[in-house]
Formats: sequence, structure tokens, C-alpha cells
Amino acid sequence: MNDNDTVLSVKELQVAFRTRSGEVQGVRNVTFDLKKGEALAIVGESGSGKSVTAQSIMRLIPSPPGMVKGGTIQFNGQNILKKSEKEMEAIRGKEMGMIFQDPMTSLNPTMTIGRQITEVLIKHQNMDKKQARLRAIEMLRLVGLPSPDQRFSQYPHEFSGGMRQRAMIAIALACDPTLLIADEPTTALDVTIQAQILELMKDLQERLGTSIILITHDLGIVADMCDRVIVMYAGKVVEEGTKDEIFKNPKHPYTRGLLRSLPRLDQPKDEPLIPIDGTPPNMANPPIGCAFCDRCDFAMKICTEVDSKMITHSETHASRCWLHHSSYREE
Amino acid sequence: MNGNSAPLVEIEGLSKHFQVADGQTLKAVNDLTLGIYKGETLGVVGESGCGKSTAGRTILRLYEPTAGTVTFNGQNIYKMGGSKLKAMRRQMQMVFQDPYASLNPRWSVENIIAEPLDLHNLAGSRKERRMKVESLLERVGLQSSHADRYPHEFSGGQRQRIGIARSLAVDPQFIVCDEPISALDVSIQAQIVNLLKELQRSEGFTYMFIAHDLAMVKHISDRVAVMYLGKLVELAESADLYADAKHPYTQALLSSIPVPDPDIEARKERIVLKGDIPSPINPPSGCPFRTRCPAATERCAAEMPQLREVKPGHLAACHYA
Repeated sequence: MNDNDTVLSVKELQVAFRTRSGEVQGVRNVTFDLKKGEALAIVGESGSGKSVTAQSIMRLIPSPPGMVKGGTIQFNGQNILKKSEKEMEAIRGKEMGMIFQDPMTSLNPTMTIGRQITEVLIKHQNMDKKQARLRAIEMLRLVGLPSPDQRFSQYPHEFSGGMRQRAMIAIALACDPTLLIADEPTTALDVTIQAQILELMKDLQERLGTSIILITHDLGIVADMCDRVIVMYAGKVVEEGTKDEIFKNPKHPYTRGLLRSLPRLDQPKDEPLIPIDGTPPNMANPPIGCAFCDRCDFAMKICTEVDSKMITHSETHASRCWLHHSSYREE
Repeated sequence: MNGNSAPLVEIEGLSKHFQVADGQTLKAVNDLTLGIYKGETLGVVGESGCGKSTAGRTILRLYEPTAGTVTFNGQNIYKMGGSKLKAMRRQMQMVFQDPYASLNPRWSVENIIAEPLDLHNLAGSRKERRMKVESLLERVGLQSSHADRYPHEFSGGQRQRIGIARSLAVDPQFIVCDEPISALDVSIQAQIVNLLKELQRSEGFTYMFIAHDLAMVKHISDRVAVMYLGKLVELAESADLYADAKHPYTQALLSSIPVPDPDIEARKERIVLKGDIPSPINPPSGCPFRTRCPAATERCAAEMPQLREVKPGHLAACHYA
């Protein structure tokens, strides 16, 4: 891979949280790259570490109780983890944009939408008030808000859920960031509004060439939006591949189980769903071996003792499972 | 389906309006007419604010209706009082969305599940009470020893099983499941849906299954009702609704769901609706969907379309369906 193409490179990231019941390992040695203009999905269940990974990239892990215990995050050639809070402020909002799940709690209710966008532009782009206002209205128009001149001077409570999320996207993209991190951007929205927001994100990505990290639990959105997929389980990456590799040729038993447990519109009724039995492990005391082996139909003795390395299936496809290890393969 | 037998739950002209600030009225459910047959699962889908949860609660008489009747086993539940009403409540139960908020954190699982037994005097002795709770726990896939634990010791999926055990405690016939899986992780959702289906097979329950996940609703339901702004806009057998939706809103809703298959997603022509859902306080004149409908005409603004049979067993409320 050409290094110039890589926007973000996360290596061996480890994040832990101190709690009363001991240290919880939120992210365990996560490694991945993101290329320019690429849309990468991180999927997994609650507690799998997908949001913590994203928050680490933005340096938004609350500390204490959270702490980055190891690893590096290279973003546009700089190590994010070495930056001071002040330096991070210059990066966030300018080079990295963020969209969160709940647009109501991530917008400031006491400031007009217009001011929340112009604030970013004045801080990062050294615009004066007038320029910033013009650019903000242009952004509101770009994200499809009707009558942006009026919307500019309204407050978040005057917006519907979908409009607030559009406004969040306008703020996130105002400074043309190289990276957009969207953490469950449509989970709080209705499906017809979700369709609008996804359409908008795809369109903006094509036009502006922004790289996207999309964190979601909805595999349907992944199939619609993303080029590449990372599957996380219990704080680790268990599978990584292109969209086609993950959906058509999933390797890890967890990925396979996840895809199988979803009802599909084209599936005949009365065919029972195939759930993954059991529940994810307690991360205060993660298993020594593979974290999924308690729920895995193919678990072997070695799975309980040592976790597998990532095993490569193609240039882009890898999974963390002993089943695919050459010395354990059945064939 | 069941063309000749009378429905177990018959809803006629049901409306539920709420008074909000400034003397305005929010018409959460507006003139809903619908029958639910014994042993079937009726799915109810729609976006937030469409009135699906209010409908479920009014049908159980957790809310008093503004107008209309609900007949259960031939009797109008809004005309009942005292002991008759209490006996009826045993027959109709509810499973709630949020397994974190619907269980009392300071009660043991035994007390949570036995509360309906106590209310209806169904447990003679302490020993019988305990035995009933243990057998309920086993029926929903938990262990009898879980009875002594507290809600915080369980995961979301397990808590939802406890909620289901509680609703089963009084041997109901009809259960309203209000988004029972929305708060759960994907790999756990299938466990709960399979449990609900198994229980239906063995006990013959009738379900009203309220949800916004259309793929899951299709999977579990025999028939599906689609609501928009307090109105029933389409009702059909589940396979028929998904294969041949007649109402433009249903069509848009179905095309909006992202399917976990890259090939289908690449081929799909998505109908992206313009604009937001109007406020139910001040709904549009005529057809409630006309402001977002790609096919709306002047007639839609002037005249409210009535729900009518557009093909056998398939109802839609659209002038042009």
C-alpha cells in the first residue's frame, strides 16, 4: 500500500478503564489503516470497543477512568497520542469531523445553529464573521436544510431529529476535514430519515473525498455505505475485509453467526432465526484465549488457552481464528 | 386468514387524543379499526410518533380511549369495572421495550415475576409461589436459581426474558410486545424472537408485535399493520405486504431499510422521502402522508382516503392504491 494514501494508521491500540470491579480492557491491540476517500465500517455489539476506538482517535476518552495503555495512532503523519490537549483542539473540527448518535445532546441548546457553525470557521479558518456566515449558510444548503437563511438563526430545539443530524454534519464538514468519524449517526432516527442522512453522507463523500469511519451495529448500513469492514468482539478486531469478503465469505464464527442471526426480507417465514447463544464475556476479566470461544460451535481446546493471531486470507481479508490456522485446518 | 371466525381482539374506531399545551390536541391514534385473531401475530410498524405504542397501550386499557371500543373475547373492555376488569387484565399482558427500566432494581427476580401472581391471588402458599416462579424462569430459558438474584446481575437479553416470564405468570391469552428487542444487541435479538415464537407454538398466544425493524416484523408476523400519523394506512398478510405494498408510504418504508447484502444494496432503487414527519398536533388535511408522498394530487389534500380492500385480504388507505 502506498503510504501517501494512508490517512490514518492505528497500531496496537490498547485502552482500559479503571472501575470498582477492576481494570476493564475496552480496546485490546487494535490495528488498522484507513486510506484517502475510503469508507470503513467498524461493527460489533455494545461493549465490543468500537466507540472507544473512535473516541481514542479523537482523543475524547474521559480520563480518568479511561487511559490509553499502548499503541500509536498516526493521523496525517502525526502521532495523535503525543499531542497536547491544545494541539488536539486545533485538529478536532478542522482535520477531523465528528458526528455522534444523539444530535440533541451534541448540539449546544443555548446557541443558534448558525453560531455553532461559524464558531468552528472563525476558530479554524480565520474567517471573519461575514465570511463565516456565508460559508455556514452554504453548508446548511449543502446538507439539504430548507431555507438555510432562516435556519441559521434558529436554535436546536426548533429542529427535528433529522434536521439536527444534518446540522451536525454541516458543522463536522465545515472545515473540509480529511477524516469524518460517525458514531452510530442514524441510530436515533427513523428509517425514512435514516435513508436521507445516509444518502447525504454518501453524496458528500463522493463530492468532497472525505475518508469516513462509520461505527454501527446495523449490517444493512454497512452493505449500503462502506468499502471495508472491521468486525470487533470483546475489544479485539476479529475479522477485517472488503465489504464483499465480509458479507459473501465471512470467516470468523462470530461474523458468520452475526450475519446468520439477522432476519432478511427475502427469507421465507417460519425458518427460525439462528441466534448466537450466550452473552459476551466480562471485560474486567477477559478470557485468556479467544473471547468468543464460549459461544462458538467450533471451539477447540487451544481456543480456551491462547488467542489466535490474525490469519490472512487475501491481501485485504484476515480473521482471528484457530480454525483457519494452517496447522489446524481440516483440509 | 381466519375469514369466518370472530377475532379475539376487535378494535373499532379507536381514537386516543392527548391534550397538550395551549389547548391543542395531539391525535396519537385516530379512528383505528382492526381485528386480531386467536393464535396470530399482528405486527405493527411505523416511525416514531405514528401512534403504534399508544395504540398498544390503549388496547390494553392502560390509557382510556377518546372514542371507540375494544372487544376482547366478545366483551367491551372499556365497559368493565371492578373484579371483571381485573379478571380481564389477566388475559392481556405487555412486554416492554426497555428491559433496564421496566424491572424494579431493588426487587429480587422472584418478587418481580411473582408480583402479578400476588395481585391476582394465584399463589396459594410461599412454596407454590416459588415453584411457579422457578418454572416460569425455566420456560423462558433461565435457571430456577436466578430467582434469588437482582436485575443488575443480568444482561439485557436475560432481563428481557425476565420481563417475558413476568407477563406469562398470569397465563394470558393476548400479549402486546412493545419493541421488545429494540434495546438488545443484534446477536441477542434472534434469541428473544425465537423464544417468543416457541412460546406461541406451545401455548397458543396471540401477539401484537410493535416494532420499527421491518425485517424482524416480517419474520415474526402473520399480518402487518402500517401506521402513519395516528392512522392505519395499510394492512396485509406479511409476505404479501412485503412483496406487493400498495400504499406509497409502505413502499418508501420498505425501500428505506438497508439490507445486509452488498449486491442487493448496489441494485436497489431507494425511494428517499423528502421532508420530515409532520407534527401529529397539526396534521395535514386529507391524507396524512400527502406532504411527503411522491404521487400526491389535489384530491389527497381535499379528501381523506378510506381504508379499503385493494385485493383480497389486503387493505390500504390511498386513493390510488
